[in-house]
Amino acid sequence: MTSAEIIAAIENQFSEAVIENEDMADHQVELDSAHWFDIATFMKNDPNLSFDQLECITGVDPGEDSQLQTRYNLHSMEYRHKIEVVIRHDRENPKVESIEQLWRIGDWFERETYDMYGIIYEGHRDLRRILCPDDWEGWPLRKDYEGQESYHGIVVPKIKEEEGWE
Amino acid sequence: MGVVQGDQMTLNIGPQHPSTHGVLRLEVMTDGEIVSKIKPHIGYLHRCFEKHSENVTYEQVIPFTDRCDYLASMNSNFGYVVAMEQLMEIKVPERVDYIRVIMGELNRIGSHLLALGVYGLDIGAFTPFLYMLRDRERILDMFEYTCGARLLYNYMWVGGVSHDLPKDFEKICIGFLDYFEPQIEEYNNLLTYNKIFVERTADVGVIPADVAVSYGVSGPNLRGSGVKWDVRKDEPYSIYDRFEFDVPVGNGHFGTLGDCFDRYWVRMLEIQESVKIIRQALKDIPGGDVHQALPKKIRPPKGSIYRRTESPRGDLGYYIISDGTPVPFRVKMRSPAFTALSCLDEVSRGWMISDVIAILGSLDIVLGEIDR
Repeated sequence: MTSAEIIAAIENQFSEAVIENEDMADHQVELDSAHWFDIATFMKNDPNLSFDQLECITGVDPGEDSQLQTRYNLHSMEYRHKIEVVIRHDRENPKVESIEQLWRIGDWFERETYDMYGIIYEGHRDLRRILCPDDWEGWPLRKDYEGQESYHGIVVPKIKEEEGWE
Repeated sequence: MGVVQGDQMTLNIGPQHPSTHGVLRLEVMTDGEIVSKIKPHIGYLHRCFEKHSENVTYEQVIPFTDRCDYLASMNSNFGYVVAMEQLMEIKVPERVDYIRVIMGELNRIGSHLLALGVYGLDIGAFTPFLYMLRDRERILDMFEYTCGARLLYNYMWVGGVSHDLPKDFEKICIGFLDYFEPQIEEYNNLLTYNKIFVERTADVGVIPADVAVSYGVSGPNLRGSGVKWDVRKDEPYSIYDRFEFDVPVGNGHFGTLGDCFDRYWVRMLEIQESVKIIRQALKDIPGGDVHQALPKKIRPPKGSIYRRTESPRGDLGYYIISDGTPVPFRVKMRSPAFTALSCLDEVSRGWMISDVIAILGSLDIVLGEIDR
């Protein structure tokens, strides 16, 4: 199936779930975060879509005063088609349903995105930091992140600000 | 008859332990000798690859990719430049494609040799390790001859490679392959058909195909479970569609499909396929300039891309977002060892502690890539 057909199939099942967004490329679709678990279940189990492989979960912070995003790259081993799902979260209170029990790799991918962006995946059975230490403060990959000054008495070096790249 | 439940004991393996293949700490909950749960603790080698990438230019990300999977740096470079070239819609000269395939496959052989040798070492066979490292050394010598570095190459650039092949590279490489191919039989005699080795690995740590797909396990680990999936064949990149090679899958040679032995065996067969690819590439390689497609300033158009390639450990994906400046807005690496390690808990339950070492070794993880 092409991306357009996949999007149509989702829209057919969940009307109003697909959010129109001009920034999305052809292979991307933005979905409403409210029904994400149901849509994901449908995408995995529907015999025509059969997305059995979760390739990657990427967190994105488009910059200050904008909403955080989680991007899911899904692939079907059976039909060899793929789609990228984009879900936006409120910056102050980023929350979305976890899909960890659908695709088991979602467990670690979601922990990593939580670790880096502080996005809460509701329903995740073991949501804690994975790469950073448990007592690390802040969400390192957010654009407005400021590192802590010291960690257990060790001074954390700062990246020097340089004047542009031109 | 009820199940006898003893006291639970927690055992820490690592972070400084030779069979954890780096700095990995496993918190193993055991009942006697039987493992009931494993909590892997990773992040000891976290070097903020993704954060760093947002502060350097696109070219300067390449040396970082070297240091992620330090046993197959060529393939790490390869994945990044393939993604970048697709984002920028650059067509590289034929010669560059051929050189990249040759280097990528040589590095695949080197990485697999280390994986197989260390796997033998993990479960007590010391000698094969020395044989395999001896031959890997010759591959590293070829890399050193070509680009000056033995482990961290920074060889593949966006739009080209850093150095052209030396004049007599073809002769040296063919000489190596002619020497190397008969060695595989020797490895098999030393390790593969060794009764003790087979007893330790066959039927141990079976990953069923559906579990493997759900956990995102990829590469030789996935093929060991009998799934015929290889990015080089199924989503061809560069010029991999031009070569004839098989995709070996596990078949339960000595035990159950998807056991440790199958994962080991798939790697051994894959080495032979890589030799085939290198021979074909050396035969067809055209002449030409390797720098002509190098962009003076890398400024990809606005947009994002997710592209995966086949590294020796599996699907290596890069998610790159460009905002039109010379600095990447976001670089995410989806590393195959990360996904492979995540299934350790489920696969190891019910096995003995010594089998956990066998299972962990068969997954062929590199901590540099897991922690990034």
